[in-house]
Amino acid sequence: MKHSISKWVLPAYSALALLILMIPIGYTFVYSFNDSLKSNITWRGFTLDKWLNVCNVQNGAVCEAFGNSIFIGVVATVLATTLGTMIAIAMVRYRFKFRSQLSLFLFLPMATPEVVLGAGLAAQFLSIGVPKDMLTIILAHTMFCISFVVVAVKARVASLDPALEEAGRDLYGSALQVFLRITFPLLLPGILAAALLSFALSFDDFIITNFNSGAVSTFPKYIWVSAARGIPAEANVLASAVFILALIVVVTVQVSGAARAKRLEKLHHAGVN
Amino acid sequence: MAFAAFSTTAAPSSSDSIKKKSPVALLLLLPGILYLVLFFLAPLVSLLLTSFKVPAEFGDIGEFSYAFRWENYTDVISAYWPHILRSFGYAITATFFALIISYPLAYFIGVKARRWPLLQSLALVMVVAPFFISFLLRTLAWKQIFSDESFLVTSLKAMSLLAPDAHVTGTAFSVIFGLTYNFIPFMTLPLYTTLERLDVRYLEAGSDLYASPFHVFRKVTIPLSMPGIVAGTLLTFIPAAGDYINASREFLGGTGTQMMGNVIEANFLVLQNFPAGAALSIILMSAILVMVSFYVKKSGTEDLL
Repeated sequence: MKHSISKWVLPAYSALALLILMIPIGYTFVYSFNDSLKSNITWRGFTLDKWLNVCNVQNGAVCEAFGNSIFIGVVATVLATTLGTMIAIAMVRYRFKFRSQLSLFLFLPMATPEVVLGAGLAAQFLSIGVPKDMLTIILAHTMFCISFVVVAVKARVASLDPALEEAGRDLYGSALQVFLRITFPLLLPGILAAALLSFALSFDDFIITNFNSGAVSTFPKYIWVSAARGIPAEANVLASAVFILALIVVVTVQVSGAARAKRLEKLHHAGVN
Repeated sequence: MAFAAFSTTAAPSSSDSIKKKSPVALLLLLPGILYLVLFFLAPLVSLLLTSFKVPAEFGDIGEFSYAFRWENYTDVISAYWPHILRSFGYAITATFFALIISYPLAYFIGVKARRWPLLQSLALVMVVAPFFISFLLRTLAWKQIFSDESFLVTSLKAMSLLAPDAHVTGTAFSVIFGLTYNFIPFMTLPLYTTLERLDVRYLEAGSDLYASPFHVFRKVTIPLSMPGIVAGTLLTFIPAAGDYINASREFLGGTGTQMMGNVIEANFLVLQNFPAGAALSIILMSAILVMVSFYVKKSGTEDLL
């Protein structure tokens, strides 16, 4: 059906495109490796001791920024995931007026350029006299994460078979029991995916943070500030560490998802036979 | 999976029959909506109010009082029109290239790689992998790769493919390249989600009816993947138009490549000319809203989320 040469064009192109996507990641790895050589002479750039030493360099500025980013990311993720999940459940499971207006309203923060979100919050904090610090960053991050959480969880709620909950009610489960024993466990993968997405968005956000951080440093802000005089290799080491960690998380989620699907399939077959 | 976040076509919603009216809905919705009213809607209003402010009498730099000075808008347009044009020009170009580059890739992952789920997952992980490394660091990596002393640039010059005194960083090319690179995942993921659901039997039907492969692609594949194209275009264009990292002088830009985001940032954080920054933000936001409303008209509001 296909010509033999044209069969290979698309796979070859895709491999090349993916390879180019990887270049800056590889570069960041190699660069951190090379620079630590320069300052440490040894080739063991990625050992645990080296990582502990990262925090001693520059009076711990890199690690402080890094810690701030993690703290902000965790708090904003908890807040946004809670608020967003509640909205997602309500939107799929209940009827109410103005739902299309609500859809639009929830879409708008995602459709607004970050620079506008950042400038808007800065203007608001300025006009009501709120000093910019850790709290204003958390408030800002929670805001832009909510809509993404709604999207991720909503898809999961919509794919949930209502028959399962009906079965629970038929077996005289109370509303709370049905929610805790059936709805919530089934939604959990969606909620976790939303939380991961939200943490990633918060952790890597620079544009909105820059407008609302005052003197507080975050990891991206640290890189921005030191870009003028050269990024220390420690930043590359930390970024590479985050990359590896994120990769492990994603692969684990994918693999466990595949295993789960297989298990469900087996259960399904057992039920049919 | 998190990828679902980038899909516009919502999963088939559960039938309306099980949807019920209940005060519980209000309890679930209220906290989140209230939060967004306070920290999304109210800031937009205060941005609008700020954009009309005038310098306070006897005030310091950065002190402004409420007024209705609409000339703030004509002032920023006459001062920053090149930045405004550049923002949209760069963003449109980057979106175009991202679409051209992403479509075949998404088609391969979503349609051709269906028979090999492992390959499909691996390719998807590679598409989102740039998200896991800092946006700023991966942009800086390109800056190093394109710097005058870099292997790439020196060898291009040695081969006379580049003029000896030419620079790559600080040019429109490097800014557009950076924007395209950074937002390709935002284009590829929604394209992938629609193409992955593409029923190949439609394509077979097309070729059974003696349509050429090109004709099938134009008449069947493209229309069926339209939701992904529209979503990817918006998800790429919006952040690209407002970006100020790629165009910044410390990253891939130069003095002649500054975009709207750069001047909004400068007016807010350096010059403390908040009304000018606010007016520019409102102009950017309005342009985006026009685009989004076209989109809403086209695809309806229920599919937005």
